[in-house]
Parts: sequence; C-alpha cells; structure tokens
Amino acid sequence: MDSYQETIFKLKRFWAKHGCVIQEPYDVEVGAGTMCPETFLRVLGPKPYKVAYVQPSRRPADGRYGENPNRLYKHSQLQVILKPAPADVMDLYLESLEAIGIRLDQHDLKFEEDNWESPTLGAWGIGWQVMLDGLEITQFTYFQQCGGVDLDLVPAELTYGLERLVAFLQDRKSVFDIEWVEGVSYRDVRFLEEQQFSVYNFEKADVKMLWQLFELHEAEAQRLVDEYRGLDAEKDFAEKSRFPLLAAYDHVLNCSHTFNLLDSRGAISVTERVAVIGRVRKLAVGVAGCWTDQQRLLDGAEQEVQA
Amino acid sequence: MTERLPLLFEIGVEEIPHWMIPPALGEMEKLFRTLCAENRIEAEAVRTDATPRRLVLRAEGLPAKQEDREELLMGPPKAAGEGAAQGFARKNGVTLAELRVEITPKGEYFALQRRIEGRPVIGILAEILPAVIGRIPWPKTMYWTGKGGPAFIRPVRWIAALFGDQVVEFDYAGVRSGSLTRGHRRLGAREIVFGHSNYEERLEKNGVILSAGKRRQRIEAGVKKLLRSTGLEWVRDEALLDDLVYLTEYPTPVMGRFDEKFLELPREVLVTVMRHHQRYFTVQDGEGKLAPRFIAVMNMKADRKGYVVKGNERVLEARFTDARFFWEVDRQRTLASRVDGLAHVTFQAKLGSYREKTLGIVLTMRRLAGWLGLDADLAERAARLAKVDLMTEMVKELPELQGVMGGLYARADGEPEEVAQAIYDHYLPQSMEDPIPRTVYGQILSVADKLDTLEGCFGIGLTPSGSKDPFALRRAAQGVVKVLVEGRLRVDLKRAVDEGMAATERLFPECGPGQRRALWEFLLDRIRYYFREVRGFAYDEVNAAMAGGWKTLPDLEARLYALKLVRQTENFEPLAASFKRIRNILRQAAWQGGEVRPELLEAPEEKALYDEAQRVLGEAARLRALEDYIGALQAVAALRPAVDAFFDNVLVNAPDEGVRANRLALLGRLMTEVSSIADFSEIVTTTTTE
Repeated sequence: MDSYQETIFKLKRFWAKHGCVIQEPYDVEVGAGTMCPETFLRVLGPKPYKVAYVQPSRRPADGRYGENPNRLYKHSQLQVILKPAPADVMDLYLESLEAIGIRLDQHDLKFEEDNWESPTLGAWGIGWQVMLDGLEITQFTYFQQCGGVDLDLVPAELTYGLERLVAFLQDRKSVFDIEWVEGVSYRDVRFLEEQQFSVYNFEKADVKMLWQLFELHEAEAQRLVDEYRGLDAEKDFAEKSRFPLLAAYDHVLNCSHTFNLLDSRGAISVTERVAVIGRVRKLAVGVAGCWTDQQRLLDGAEQEVQA
Repeated sequence: MTERLPLLFEIGVEEIPHWMIPPALGEMEKLFRTLCAENRIEAEAVRTDATPRRLVLRAEGLPAKQEDREELLMGPPKAAGEGAAQGFARKNGVTLAELRVEITPKGEYFALQRRIEGRPVIGILAEILPAVIGRIPWPKTMYWTGKGGPAFIRPVRWIAALFGDQVVEFDYAGVRSGSLTRGHRRLGAREIVFGHSNYEERLEKNGVILSAGKRRQRIEAGVKKLLRSTGLEWVRDEALLDDLVYLTEYPTPVMGRFDEKFLELPREVLVTVMRHHQRYFTVQDGEGKLAPRFIAVMNMKADRKGYVVKGNERVLEARFTDARFFWEVDRQRTLASRVDGLAHVTFQAKLGSYREKTLGIVLTMRRLAGWLGLDADLAERAARLAKVDLMTEMVKELPELQGVMGGLYARADGEPEEVAQAIYDHYLPQSMEDPIPRTVYGQILSVADKLDTLEGCFGIGLTPSGSKDPFALRRAAQGVVKVLVEGRLRVDLKRAVDEGMAATERLFPECGPGQRRALWEFLLDRIRYYFREVRGFAYDEVNAAMAGGWKTLPDLEARLYALKLVRQTENFEPLAASFKRIRNILRQAAWQGGEVRPELLEAPEEKALYDEAQRVLGEAARLRALEDYIGALQAVAALRPAVDAFFDNVLVNAPDEGVRANRLALLGRLMTEVSSIADFSEIVTTTTTE
C-alpha cells in the first residue's frame, strides 16, 4: 500500500513522463485548481502547454470542524492540463490510474456526464465525472471557454480528488485515517487546520472586515485592468508588455476567496450572491481579455525578432 | 439488376451522455434515409445501435451503383438557326446530329436527350456519411480540435465505414474512416478487424454487447440470478434500467449489502441515495419492506475478487452515514421552531424570501379551506411549515426530497397527520403523469403554493415567453388544473385568481388589471390544453363548454362529459347548427337584449317555439342547477323540431319593427339560456344551415 505522499509522487512522475511541467501549488487561496494562473491564464491563447500540480483547494462552506469523515474545508487536487488535449487523452488517464496501483481489470469504471461551469470565472467545459466502483475520483473536462473567451486550443483538464482517491486505495472509511507517510496520519497533519479554520470561517471571521477586503481587492484589480486598457499598443508597447496582469489576477483570486468566506459566514443572501459573483466574474473576464491581448503582443514581438 | 451491398457505419466517440443516445439514433437513421433519397438510392433495411462509445448504422441491400437516368437538356429555339444549335452541341460535347427538336407549348426547340450514368454508391456514401455525423442534433455540443473546428456531442475518435468489402473513404474532424472497430476500454482490443457477418460477434468477444436489447436482457437475467433463492424481490425501475443500458457496454449486476442499522432511516432517503445518487436498484422482501441490499450494475464482465462490491458498499455506507447525521441533526429542532429562518432563504429577488412566500400561501390556503368547508387552522399549519424543510441539511444534500422531508419531519414533530401528509405531497404533480396529492389538504396546499408562485411572477412581469419559462410557470399552472379537476375540488378558480392578484397588486404597484388578465388567460390556456391533450376532448367541445357559465373545474368537466355524450344523439348537431344561425342573426341585428312579449307573437310556429322554450328552458335550468348537465342538454336537444319549424316558416326580419324585436328577443332568450350550459354555436357541425 502506498502512502498519501507516495501516490502523489507517482502521479506527478507519471505526468512528468508525459511531458508535463510539474508545478508547485499556487500560493494564493483558491477554491479549485482551475483558478490558478497555471490553468486559468495558460489555457488562453494559441500556445500549447502541459502542466501538473497539486493544489490545496479551500472551500470554507464545506468545512466540518474535522468531524465529518469525508468533508474538508481544504482538500487537495491534482490538477493536470494538457493543451491541446491529445487524441488518446482517455487512455493516458486510464494509464495514470494503473500507475498508482489501480488494476482496471478488477474494478468498475464509468464516465458519467458532468459538465463544468464556473460562473465566477466565466468559464465552462464539457466532460464527465469518473466513477470508480461507485466513487467519484476524477473530474474530466474539455475546456470550451475561459474568462468569457472561446479557447483557441481545447485543453483537457483532469482533476483528481486526492483524499478520496487515496482513501479508496488505502481502504479507509475516513480521510483522516489516511496514512500520509508511515506512522503519520492525515489527521496528524491536518486536523487542527480543519478545526480552526472551520471555527474561524463559520464563527469568528469579521464580516465587516471581509467586505472591506473584498472591496479593496476588487478596486485594485479593476484599477489595474483599467490602466492596462488605457495603454496604446504601439506607443506604450514597452509598458504594456511588462504590465503586471498576473498581480491583477491575484487580486481577483483574493476577491473570490473572500467571497467564499463571506458566504460561509452566511453574510451573503441568495439575492446578493448573484450580484457579487457577477462582480468577480467581471474582473476575471477583464483580466482574461487583457492577458490574451498581452500574449498576442509578446508573441508578435517574438516573431519579429525571429524574422 | 444492380448488385446490392451492405453498409456498416460506426462512429466511435468518447462516452456520450446516456440519455441523449436513443433520440440521436432516431435522428441518425432519419438523416441517412433522407440523404439517400436525395441521391436516389434506397436501402432495403436500415438499423441503428449504440453503446456509450459508438453510434452504429447498418444498411442492407444498398445498390452498388446509382441507377442511370435520362435527362432532357433544352437548347436554343429552332428559329435561332443551325449556328445556335452548333454552339449548344459544342458546349455539351456532342455533334449536331445528336440533337433533336422538341415541341413545347412555347414553340420548337433544339434539345439534347442525355443519359446520365449513375455514380458508384461508395462515392455518394463518402459524401453522405460525414454529413450524417455533422447533422445529428444534440442538446449541447463541444469542439475539441480547436476554435472553429467541428462540433459534436463528444470527440469522435474513430470511424468505421465498410460498404461491401470496401472502406468508404472520408475524413471527419481529422479522423480518417477505416475498417477497424474498437473494443471495450478494458475488456477489448484497440484494433479489431471485422466483416459484416461477424461484427457483433467480434465486438462481443471484445467486451461490447452492441444491442441495447441484449444489454437490458443481460441486466435482467443477472438480477434474477443474484436474487435466486434469497426470498428477495427486485424493485424494478424502468428509468434507471434505461440509464444503465446506455451507460455500459458490458453490463453485469452485482449485489452488495449495507448495515441494517440504516433501515431506521426513512425509506425515501435510502431509496433516493441509492437510485438517484448511486444508480443502484433497491431490493425488498416479500412484504415490500426494503432489504439491506442494493444492486449495482458494472460496466465489466465479472467482479472475481469482490472489489467492485466492496467499493460500492463503502461509498454507500459513507453516504448513508451522512444521511443519518442529517436526519439526526435536522430533528433536533422542530420545523415550527425554524419558521423565522425562512426570511433568509430567497424565493425570488423581487418577490422576497420564503417567509413572504409562506405568507402568500397561508392566505390562499385559508381562502381555499374556507370555500371547501375544511379546517382553516389545519390548512394554515400545513402552509406555515411547508417550506421549512428547505433549510434542513437533508434537503440541502438531497434537494429532490423537498416536501417529502418536510412531511417526515412534521410527523416526527408530532404535527397532525393531515399537516404532515399535505407537506409531504405538496410538490406533486411534477408532470402530467404524476399522481396528485393523496389528501385534500395536500391538494389545496399544492394549489395554493403554485397559485402563489403564478400570481407573484405574473404580478411583477416574469411571464413565460416562448420556450423561456425559468420559473416553470407552465408546469405550475398545469399542476393547478390537474389537481383541481382530479381532486374534484369545487374551487371558483376565477375568484381565487382575482383575490390572489388583488393581494399581489397591493404589494407591487406595477401589478394591475393587465397582469391579472394575463394570468387568467394563461390558466385558461392550460385548462384547454388539459382537457384536449390529456383528457382527449375535441377542441370544439372544449370551446363550447368553456364558453358556458362554469365556475369550478369539476363542473366544467361534468359539462364536457355531458356534451360529448349528448352530441352523439340525433337532434344535437342540427340544433347546434341552428344555434350558430341564431348567433349570427343576433350579431347582425346587434341585438342588445329585451324581454319577449307573448302578445306580439304572430305565427303559430313562433308561438309554438315560445311555449316549448318556456317548458324546456325551465326544465333545463332546473337540471343545470342540479348539475345534471346530461339531462339539461337532452332537454335542450328536444327543442330541435320547434326551432326547425320556426326557421322554416317564420321570417325574423319582419317588416314590423315590434314583431321583429320580439322575434329577436325570443331567439336571444334561447341563446342566453342555452349558453349558460355550453355555447352550442362553438360546436363544429357537419350539416350547416347557414
């Protein structure tokens, strides 16, 4: 039986062998691996890219104080982006399962329709949830749009739910009983974090302060987007090509996470919800548009140099 | 006789959503036949099959070659002379001698009779088959080769197209057609050679049962085998069976167990988790009690080591553990103690929270209960608690159990049984096939909830348009109609809408008579639809009865039955035709009303009609008041000889103004009285007297 970390090593090695950049987790809070710039921004534009990384994904409302055997405030996803999706992507995926010790001839595997949509990112895709013996272990998506932009190349996104997958492999009823490494359980590593962040998110987070944070990050992201849009492609070329859109995007991510915190505090009514999601989407779409423009600019310059 | 060949066409796709497959097959066959017909070829037989990974069309007896055909090409007029004819011949690559002269209504023309040789069908198929792929309609498509690329339901990964023993060569989305098929992802080979005669057999050896019927049989037989000599019964679920047939290429059922302690949970919860969330069949004992077993259907041949059963058991246990936790947490507080929380659950941005909605339902419930002589306090209690379950953990997790959980929690709280059952059922009916709530309190709660939604949405202008109906208002209105008719609830629907909309108008200044009228028209439309499409009454019967003086839907239904029955008697249709004539006469004369003055009656036929009308209409009114519409209509039908005699012998448009007015009044009285049962002039008759 492989430990939690060994399974992660094996998945990373598998995808490294298939040409992926192995990235480290992004160090801003996100609700899903998709939101990291390595996915959200990289899928835009015509440049091929392959990357895999583990991303801790924080969903404050899903926290259960570490008391529910299957629910976590912060879970880990192994996120793989293959842009463009190769024709044998399904076979590759199945091989990756074999690589972590799942004998496919002894299990039942089904691909059930599950399209993905992120209203906050203006993104959607078509795909499946992969069911292994009745357990959802992966979300498989062909991205179609990101930040409101039709994608030039269609990437395949594979998102493995690591805790669930390893609980399955290790035959554990609770994710907290997973062996992280010999002699150390998932509980040993993560219980306090689940407990304390549940207490904070549900009971202690200062709603007024969170709204202020939300607005600060929103204003900063918007300011940067507006400033970029105000630049001229020729006259301000130098300024435009080094403009910190990645920083603007970090502020968007902060908005999104702050929104999730407010939500778990019950501070957002259903009515407001739609409006606040709309505010975050406006920023995400704004950055995506600028990013596409900047990439085009940089590509053009590169080609000129080569010519 | 041209040679005839078989075609085998397989589109290899990544897993297609199961529910889209059967309709797509129908479209695929239709497209193929249409495109063949356009090319003047026809197959002797066409059949389609599918698994999640392949759509297959097989045609028997396609001609190898399109038939030759004769074509007449018209050239210049003969009068244009030989020079023009030369040009025409040259253009078509023939000599002048091959032309002939054709006589047409416009004169004589040079013409060329040409034989066009039929094309080899394999070439035509190379055009048709990619067109079939491209034109199958899907609910939602994707692109995968890049922006602007072809769209299909999921990526196409291989294409097999064999006509006789030759490959029909074409490309689609970068995939080259070929002669190989693929097996099951884990049970079969990636490249399989096959012929027309052994295709299904080759697939089966590679873990694919092509025929949906055979997959279904395999599931059924497998389930029977699992249950043999266990004393347990399979709870058959056709919808789930259909899903599983199209979710698998090689289905095999396996049976698992769950801990008996979970049987303490409501059956509704266990069944919802198993059927809807895990796609398991449930199993019960001889007395219909749920057994601690489930049947999962694998996409595999066997579970030799038992891993699949074990994995599914573990997933189910985790889900049941969650459910039990919710069931316990939710019952720590009564529904009644949580009513205030509804203020935090939005129903609709403008209409407000579920607390506001609950108030609306309460008011409507009290009115309905009062009209029907029910206990208004019980009705109000059911309404107050109806939506509280939206805040329970169980409904947040299993939203399809809304209402049902409310009913179960109400019972656990010790609420009166009428209240619990009313809440349990009040989302019914979700479709025309669904039953209506079992009890009268459930029925009026269902009606009150739906009317409240309709009044609110229409009140603020959220009316459905075309296919856009985000609040499912059509379904709500249809539900109101179905419950009122089939529950035989004698509710004055117009009055209910008027009073409900009056309340909405007080809340929203923009709501006025226009909205009220729109909602009423919307309901009338649903009533017409229900009686025509669901109950099968003829449209003219529905129009005639709806134009009568009905107030409640059971009353309207009784009138319709009577009309349908009496319509078949001999006097009825001729009388209906006469009423159409009466209506036209009254309309032309712009008759405004007025009493009949017996002393002004002149002709014996009009006197007779008056006397007969006095007698018959009195009788009809008496029967109508008793809601004996059959009797009333039969009585009216007896008027026919008198009406006929009147029209045969009496001139309505008498020269004398007073006599004329009196005759109109006589007809007007007949029309008014009879129309209060049903408007006969709406009946479409075969005999017409106009």
